Amino acid sequence: MGTKIYDCISRIAERIIDNKDYLTDLDREIGDADHGVNMARGFQAVLEKVPPDNANIGEVLKKTGMTLLSTVGGASGPLYGTAFMEAGKAVAGKESLDAGDVPVILNAVIGGIQKRGKAVRGEKTMLDALIPALESFTEKMTASSDVFEAMDAACAAARDGVAFTRTIRATKGRASYLGDRSIGHQDPGATSATLIMEAVRDFLRG
Amino acid sequence: MVGLVIVSHSSKIAEGVCDLALQMASGYRQMIPAGGLKDGSLGTDPTRILDAIRSANDGNGVAVLVDLGSGIMSAETAIDLLDGEFPARIADAPLVEGAVVAVIEASTGASLEEVIHAAESAREKKSCNPIIHFHT
Repeated sequence: MGTKIYDCISRIAERIIDNKDYLTDLDREIGDADHGVNMARGFQAVLEKVPPDNANIGEVLKKTGMTLLSTVGGASGPLYGTAFMEAGKAVAGKESLDAGDVPVILNAVIGGIQKRGKAVRGEKTMLDALIPALESFTEKMTASSDVFEAMDAACAAARDGVAFTRTIRATKGRASYLGDRSIGHQDPGATSATLIMEAVRDFLRG
Repeated sequence: MVGLVIVSHSSKIAEGVCDLALQMASGYRQMIPAGGLKDGSLGTDPTRILDAIRSANDGNGVAVLVDLGSGIMSAETAIDLLDGEFPARIADAPLVEGAVVAVIEASTGASLEEVIHAAESAREKKSCNPIIHFHT
């Protein structure tokens, strides 16, 4: 057991490692069959390198991002690395978070991924899960002020986003070489982004 | 002199490109390969690229040449992490031809701007010859 933020990061890491083969199989269909292997390697390193006793959330998120940068290897390294580092900057110095920090973090994550990947919504990427998740979180939070319900809504929207990626053509990354043949397959990046969201939701539920 | 970093998913490619390019300027000492991951597997690592950029720099800046896909993203991340410490730029150039031209240019003491421009012009040199030959 470590600090809460360490435990949360550990839950994310375990979820990714548990889904290594699933993510790799998805990537075999439209990519280079390394997404699960790469992500599991990165999050295994996160478990080893992130100090369990640091309560500074910004620092832990930045360390997670730097570790992913140097260990993932594929495009997900810079993308998730930048996402976690930007999230860390957005909550720099904090030792606790509340519901208001969720959209701040998601905005930083989305901004980081957009900056790095130069993608927009609808290009069959992790953004197709994350942007609807942010929208649904904000909507539900405004309606009910219940962070757990809002996280459920965000995860459901991310799942719908993953389903949506099946219907569209990839225009970014390795899958874009397949053109129309990428239609019918779900995006591995959108899937891993959703797994991360769900791991955070489950962590918050305890 | 301007430094050069060769980024590839494969350490063998990065080292091979350096060997090949250095035939053109054997005295040049600022060309650093940044291929693969620390554990030897295929991939690109922004922190490794960042270290290479720092090693290649003697104060005149660094041009970075990359292979494909995430190599570009990793090199951009490395340059972001450098945070303006000194100038470093990615050349939008074919890796092998660009590296050969860039070494020649850098070893003559050209500026970063000139090295980048020379590397990028290697694209035209490569693509036009066979096509012109084919149609005439």
